[in-house]
Amino acid sequence: MNIKVRVWRQSGPQDKGRMVTYDVKDISPDASFLEMIDVLNETLILSGEDPIAFDHDCREGICGMCSMVVNGVAHGPEKATTVCQLHMRKFNDGDTIDVEPWRAAAFPVIKDLVVDRSAFDKIIQAGGYISAPTGTAPDAHATPVPKRDADAAFEAATCIACGACVAACPNGSSMLYTAAKITHLGLLPQGQPERDTRVVDMLQAQDDAGFGGCTNMGECAEVCPKGIPLSLIGRLNSDYRKALTRH
Amino acid sequence: MGEVNMTDFWAEGEPIVDKAAPDGPIETRWERRKFAAKLVNPANRRKLTVIVVGTGLAGGSAAATLAEQGYRVKTYCYQDSPRRAHSIAAQGGINAAKNYRNDGDSVYRLFYDTVKGGDFRARESNVYRLAQESVNIIDQAVAQGVPFAREYGGLLDNRSFGGTQVSRTFYARGQTGQQLLLGAYQALERQIGLGNVEMNARHEMLDVIIVDGKARGIVVRDMVTGEITTEFADAVVLASGGYGNVFFLSTNAKGCNVTAAWRAHRKGALFANPCYTQIHPTCIPESGSHQSKLTLMSESLRNDGRVWVPKAQKDTRKAADIPEDERDYYLERIYPSFGNLVPRDIASRAAKNVCDQGRGVGPGGLGVYLDFADAIQRLGRKAVEAKYGNLFEMYERITGEDPYETPMRIYPAVHYTMGGLWVDYDLQSTIPGLFVIGEANFSDHGANRLGASALMQGLADGYFVLPNTINNYLASGPFPAVTETEPAVVEARRQVEDQIQKFLSNDGDRTVDSFHRELGHIMWEYCGMERTEEGLTKAIGLIRALKEEFWARVKVPGKGEELNQNLEKAGRVADFIELGELMCIDALHRRESCGGHFRAESQTPDGEALRHDDEFSYAAAWEYFGADGKPVLHKEDLNFEYVHPSTRSYK
Repeated sequence: MNIKVRVWRQSGPQDKGRMVTYDVKDISPDASFLEMIDVLNETLILSGEDPIAFDHDCREGICGMCSMVVNGVAHGPEKATTVCQLHMRKFNDGDTIDVEPWRAAAFPVIKDLVVDRSAFDKIIQAGGYISAPTGTAPDAHATPVPKRDADAAFEAATCIACGACVAACPNGSSMLYTAAKITHLGLLPQGQPERDTRVVDMLQAQDDAGFGGCTNMGECAEVCPKGIPLSLIGRLNSDYRKALTRH
Repeated sequence: MGEVNMTDFWAEGEPIVDKAAPDGPIETRWERRKFAAKLVNPANRRKLTVIVVGTGLAGGSAAATLAEQGYRVKTYCYQDSPRRAHSIAAQGGINAAKNYRNDGDSVYRLFYDTVKGGDFRARESNVYRLAQESVNIIDQAVAQGVPFAREYGGLLDNRSFGGTQVSRTFYARGQTGQQLLLGAYQALERQIGLGNVEMNARHEMLDVIIVDGKARGIVVRDMVTGEITTEFADAVVLASGGYGNVFFLSTNAKGCNVTAAWRAHRKGALFANPCYTQIHPTCIPESGSHQSKLTLMSESLRNDGRVWVPKAQKDTRKAADIPEDERDYYLERIYPSFGNLVPRDIASRAAKNVCDQGRGVGPGGLGVYLDFADAIQRLGRKAVEAKYGNLFEMYERITGEDPYETPMRIYPAVHYTMGGLWVDYDLQSTIPGLFVIGEANFSDHGANRLGASALMQGLADGYFVLPNTINNYLASGPFPAVTETEPAVVEARRQVEDQIQKFLSNDGDRTVDSFHRELGHIMWEYCGMERTEEGLTKAIGLIRALKEEFWARVKVPGKGEELNQNLEKAGRVADFIELGELMCIDALHRRESCGGHFRAESQTPDGEALRHDDEFSYAAAWEYFGADGKPVLHKEDLNFEYVHPSTRSYK
């Protein structure tokens, strides 16, 4: 395949940035989107240009490191797929493809397509855990967990913290990310003692980190590569109200 | 077979002994070692600083636990968050001797299976301890909220895994590594929030600082600003993972590298059994020259999938058009008692053999079928979907083929490295104060790791072993403060800065990746699934030539004082090249087949691995003698008091 890519180039946080067009020739339809960028980068290096900086690591859709807006959609056109798992066979010969970084106030651009997502860790620090210091645990079978709850907790826990939800949200809100963690831990018996403080503290941390408020637009769930449903935000709000009334 | 003159490639040094190893009855060795270890009183712990490099299962759990105990902890990872470490990609599960299935499992059986599975090349004491701690890991993870799969009664579910005949594997669909890592990550973030851990993401360790013979800090590069700093501590823990990316194509994440471990090796830490690499049998085959990594399909698929190839050579019919009696379910045929669940090394080599016979399927004939048709018929599509849904989706996304309709095509790929920095029973390397945990060390899996045992070892080391051994070392601290002007510190920093300068000013005509790919080809061809004296000797020559070319022709664009991903890669590839040479030397010196190391010259008449216990029942710990010097071999004898070495048979 022969395509054109228009890529966001920004040399550093202070640079204004711009879209730059590159031709990419002879790409196999079986190549992944990131492999296409690899091939482009090899030619850029040899021609003395600065290669495109982008975050990636596992390239199998689980580490959450990759983060590109492709043709205006976080992670690109394929449903429930991280950009590292997107393959060129999803595009047509001759296409021009736009590639941009996550854009959100809480995720400043570091360089090109690389953004700073450390604000996500701050939300977890505020309460996205169950306090269980090593060595204090009872036998794993001491507390049975209904399968329904365990399965639902697992579904919520599959969030990979890529930040697509924030990038897609017109408000730059991290509500789906936070709701996924609240749901995961709040559904389990082990998560009950800290359930109230967890939701209050995590929401505060989310505001402090500069994420926007949630207005139920639903863009987040649309782009989530792990299919985290919008309904979890309702659950978070319900937990939050209950926590406030109890304290 | 022509004998290689060993003095051409390596020299033999004094044997090495694990001085921290306890003796006596194996059941109480760990308890006695913990009791004998010196303790640090809680008030003194906050005066002691520990650096942890790498924040995956081993590093994350160790950092959280050490902080909970009251030590001051500084952690470093190259990713943008500790939650992204490659442990996250482990799919299948984690072993533990809980015997919740009442199927005859026990600590002793897990110990036995692991020693045997490692082809009698691991230490009994370490493996026994690992089996003992396995049960605590499950308790710990459940308490943290790790959402393991459960049965309708609310109790934990188990599955069986390659190389065992009991069901002892706990799992969270196909994302067990992710869920366990998030447990450790959340524990770590809690300690960061409490101010007990200083976390440095997007930082890469480039050297270890040794003062008065002790590891006292590291040289790191801030990968965003390019700033080089020196960081000091009373002890340093490396939890930097394995070195599978020496093959360029592997199932490892792109960033996985050997640099932290290798630079410690250059500073005197011995590197043990580098040639023990695990080739995982169930990965998605390569699709072309653009290929940047390989993707694993969990071994758990072999519970229900049947592996086969056509009986005839070069059979180009579609799978569905090949009748049952023209298919060769070769694992079931050759290994009737374990069938499709033989250990990884055996399944991989069997796949290679049928492909070498010209019976492979898919492009280039480098693939075998993993077929779920029978399972779908037996269990129904829904049940298969519930068990493996995410893996099937991943396969379809990558290949564009639907595994519910046509069998998956799989081929072996490099997945895990059993070798690593040599450590004693306390997980301390040959540099005092430098501890090594998880995949980065060498100690527990011998020549082959069983499925679902990597998560177990990483978490055992991090949660339960290191936090109960490092105190014995730290009890003699705090050590005198180290300053920036100390000659050893100045020298370590200078070496790092010089290398970066060299890369940036080289202005060659070949990219870093092109060298990495070439190294990978050499390693896969000559130091992969089958190794020969001739091939390894040739590979060493090729790697030496490649090393020379690399330093003459590598081109690294950009500056040092910015985010520069090619500069990061250049340093890592330089280390991989040196490691590749040592791997080949190690593979050449070990004139036997064991586990993942298969020397064609050493096989039984029916093609199985043939060990030579009389000559090679030892761990090979290598000492560094310069980039162009000869490595020196130190042998650690392995003694088997409980599980007597026998021919590993899965027939």
